[in-house]
Amino acid sequence: MNRLAESSPDGREETVETPQQADRAVTIFEKSVPGRRACQLPAAGVDEVPLDELIPAGLLRDEPADLPEVSEPEIIRHYNRLSRRNFDLDTGFYPLGSCTMKYNPRLNERVAALPGHARLHPATEAADAQGALELMYMLQQSLGEICGLPHVSLQPSAGSQGELAGLLLTRAYHADRGRNPGKVLTPDTSHGTNPASVSMAGYEVVKVATDAQGGVDIGDLRAKVDRDVACLMLTNPNTLGVFDRNITEIASLVHEAGGLLYYDGANLNAIMGQCRPGDMGFDIVHVNLHKSFSQPHGGGGPGAGPIAVSDRVEPFIPRPQVVRVDDRERDDSDPSEHGRKPVYDLDFDRPKSIGRLRGFQGNFGVFVRSYAYILSLGSDGLAEASRTAVLNANYLMSRLAEGRSGRYLPVAFDRHCMHEFVLSGAPMKKDLGIKTLDLAKRLLDFGVHPPTVYFPLLVDEALMIEPVETEAKEQLDHFADAIEVILEEAEDDPAVAVGAPYTTPVRRLDEVGATRRPVIRQPS
Amino acid sequence: MAGYTPTTPADRAEMLEAIGVASIDELFEQIPEEVRLGRDLDLDRGRSESEVYDRLAGLAEANRLAESAPNFLGAGMYDHYVPAIVDAITQRSEFLTPYTPYQPEVSQGGLQVMFEFQTAMSELTGLPISNAGLYEGPSAAASAAYLAIAATGRSGLVASRGVHPHSRETLATHAAGFGARLTEVGLEDGLTDRRQLEQAIDEGTAAVFLQNPNFLGSVEDIATLGEYASARGALLVVAVDPMTLGVLRPPGECGADIAFGEGQPLGNRLDFGGPSFGFFCAREENMRRMPGRIAGETTDLDGRRGFVLTLQTREQHIRREKATSNICTAQALNALAALVHLCWLGRQGFVELGELLARRTAFARARLSAIEGLEPLHDAPVVREFAMRSSGRPVDRLLAAPDGAGPSLPVYPLGRDYPEFVDSFLVAITEQRSPDDIEWLATRLERAAA
Amino acid sequence: MSEPSYPEDLKYHPEHDWARIEGDEATLGITWYAQDSLGEVVFYEGPEIGARLVKDEPYAEVESVKAVSDVVAPMSGEVIAVNPDLSDAPEAVNTDPYGTGWLVRIRLSDPAEADGLMDSAAYSASLE
Repeated sequence: MNRLAESSPDGREETVETPQQADRAVTIFEKSVPGRRACQLPAAGVDEVPLDELIPAGLLRDEPADLPEVSEPEIIRHYNRLSRRNFDLDTGFYPLGSCTMKYNPRLNERVAALPGHARLHPATEAADAQGALELMYMLQQSLGEICGLPHVSLQPSAGSQGELAGLLLTRAYHADRGRNPGKVLTPDTSHGTNPASVSMAGYEVVKVATDAQGGVDIGDLRAKVDRDVACLMLTNPNTLGVFDRNITEIASLVHEAGGLLYYDGANLNAIMGQCRPGDMGFDIVHVNLHKSFSQPHGGGGPGAGPIAVSDRVEPFIPRPQVVRVDDRERDDSDPSEHGRKPVYDLDFDRPKSIGRLRGFQGNFGVFVRSYAYILSLGSDGLAEASRTAVLNANYLMSRLAEGRSGRYLPVAFDRHCMHEFVLSGAPMKKDLGIKTLDLAKRLLDFGVHPPTVYFPLLVDEALMIEPVETEAKEQLDHFADAIEVILEEAEDDPAVAVGAPYTTPVRRLDEVGATRRPVIRQPS
Repeated sequence: MAGYTPTTPADRAEMLEAIGVASIDELFEQIPEEVRLGRDLDLDRGRSESEVYDRLAGLAEANRLAESAPNFLGAGMYDHYVPAIVDAITQRSEFLTPYTPYQPEVSQGGLQVMFEFQTAMSELTGLPISNAGLYEGPSAAASAAYLAIAATGRSGLVASRGVHPHSRETLATHAAGFGARLTEVGLEDGLTDRRQLEQAIDEGTAAVFLQNPNFLGSVEDIATLGEYASARGALLVVAVDPMTLGVLRPPGECGADIAFGEGQPLGNRLDFGGPSFGFFCAREENMRRMPGRIAGETTDLDGRRGFVLTLQTREQHIRREKATSNICTAQALNALAALVHLCWLGRQGFVELGELLARRTAFARARLSAIEGLEPLHDAPVVREFAMRSSGRPVDRLLAAPDGAGPSLPVYPLGRDYPEFVDSFLVAITEQRSPDDIEWLATRLERAAA
Repeated sequence: MSEPSYPEDLKYHPEHDWARIEGDEATLGITWYAQDSLGEVVFYEGPEIGARLVKDEPYAEVESVKAVSDVVAPMSGEVIAVNPDLSDAPEAVNTDPYGTGWLVRIRLSDPAEADGLMDSAAYSASLE
């Protein structure tokens, strides 16, 4: 068996401080020394006119912003030191459920940084930005094929903005038919952004119950679907990692009542090349490019949340939209006026559009990475990625069904899972006196990022585990072994887990104090 | 096909046996037959790394204007020099590849960066609190509206036409969801029309949106305009270009309740429009109505200093339909780029850069105004961007390449956003646009205007 | 207060609220059980003086680090006093839920509503 712990917690009463722990946090502002600087700016090369001759003195700043005064080597050292206080995906296993922490190919970083992409101004005339527009068009086409829906808008900045876009599309779709239904159905297992987006779009949230198999409770759905339902928001496979077998029935129930079906694409990594939301009957899908399509998470962004929609929703999608101009239309354009029309263009002339959700055309740098990823994997690779993600999840689930984890951490819904699965820590809490949170914190000492914890809310003491396709079998075994060791250790002495972690840059933090008396900036 | 998946056939066989199934297909049997795809996706098959590189490099080369000529495009995103250390730091795996810092014990680097970023943005805007970042500029306007509606219980939004057209359009899109109504206030001589502004604000106004410098580049008198908002109990929301805050009076000193903006000029590349970040600062009374992530300082159980995500009950994962926002992305990597850039500029350099921009902008405006057929659209003071009017040739003819084939002149035509200024265009200045570059532009315009 | 306690002199609402009735006035708060399941209270947002509370309707929010709870009015009435110390020290709701952790005082609009509330024994039994 692999060596599991980085260091032993024995004698934790007098825990020895690691060198990293002894190195206390100091901010860049505290390192500031008057007179130091890093930048050398070019000379203006024009007359040194006093500023108040250019701008009225009353509109000028009196005191400079109190930014740090530091040299360049100090900046590099400061942030390198901070970086070592982070755990990251390039360092170790990161099975965060619902987050799809797959490998971020370095090729994608290289191509995104090419000056032709990176230095292109977003207001560049279409004729001078044909490469960028072609890339966006090709990505639209690819995502449309993967989702089984013909029209794609790349504009939304993230999954949550994609959701809001989808709900505003829903509103516009119904208004166009002279209707104004007021309710949106979401399963009680849904991600928190779903109800938050519903509220921001001016709808009322109505929760639908989950059945014993982890799917939508059809009886409850039947009772709640009526003409006042604007749409149903669903994730399939859902947040329990379960594919809802009744999906076609669910779709027709909602459609018959005049509602639309919205697909939260958080879990798309389970089904690429296997089945498609469009074929299940969904009208609107958002795709998280930072999940299934390998955009690095960046410690909390950037990402992108394109939406794919059906024909009947297409008139309302955000503007501008990237279009390929028909060859005939290009030939008809008058070359003496503006030159021949470009092949790819931005279409602003969309009278029924909900409008803009943000500035310019979307997170293009993310599109470059995700398009490179789709080209690298191709139709065969994407399908294989999903198949392996599902294989890995089921393998890890079967490993965790053995031994102590099987006893203390039973699976919430005992059937084959898709790309992720949910365990309940309730027996562990009852029998061993350690909570899911304690297990999560103890895993940190084993060089593993814990799974998502306490979500979905439906499962008591939940652990949601998504091992993704880019992890090797040895890594999955290491995780299962670590869980086993922690549980064994807890049988002996639960205080070990309750006091964990021991080896991280800091130990458990006082979140209560941080919230009661918030200190959210350096005192000036 | 790329080798991002380590599983070998032998691994697979072993894993299937452990699961107790004969094939991966069996695992997919839970998907009903009628919705299974049953064919390959209609995409090309996977390619080698070098082939993908070539394809993406080819697309990059098809963007004619990225590097070949000095670029005077602005309109919210600017071609500033990004120091080399920004790339060096943001490309580190430890910043590039983690998720949102849900486990603070192993996320102290990212959390401290957020704390430092919040401090820096608070310093820039002169407002006491900042969040850790939002998606980008215009959608931060929508976040400000949502906050203002909750804080005031009112639903009217008033925006100057000096606010970025993308911000106004984004506000209108979101207002359809919030059930708010948006009223626009026109410009007079390049500045927000005071009389119209006063008339537009009433007891139902939740927020008044201004921008400084405004979209035409003019420096507004925010403090004076803002009095109309405070007199009626509306929140004053000011969009700012962060790069001008070394020299312009910060919104916090002009009575703003909220300051927000597009963060791209700080340390972020143009990237054809994103990803970048939005910043969002406010007064303390709105701390619990803030959108997005916020990092706070605390101690660990041994008393060591540390940082955590705080005030999380505002957020969607806890408050769900009652959340202050649905946003769960802080654009953390982009915010880090901004922070490193700001440290590199430092207290003095940030002011010097602002002064450099103001002087070169004044120089460029005077130089272009000397061209026959061109005149400034207005005489208001400017700081990093200005608007010129063509009295003779239509703007599209003026900017088109003489042979009709080459790239057009890289300035921003105003006609699409402002039908009233169809004869005008914007010119943006950065420290990368030297007096020689300005002369290059002037010469081109002279030739075209003749 | 680390052990469960449900004083005899209070009336209890099934949503885990208590009322201390004194003539046509009552002091309101949340029970030991409510504060224990919520965890350490970090923030309290209540009504202002003059606000009208309606029995069974939410009138305030209490927050812990990871949860938010509505506080439901056990009786109807007009708020005549609010606990001024909770904004600085919301932890009183945990340490002394029936004393310094009180939330509001109201003038009852219908004192007969008390008949529909539970006594200590009934409330304790409902938690079993």
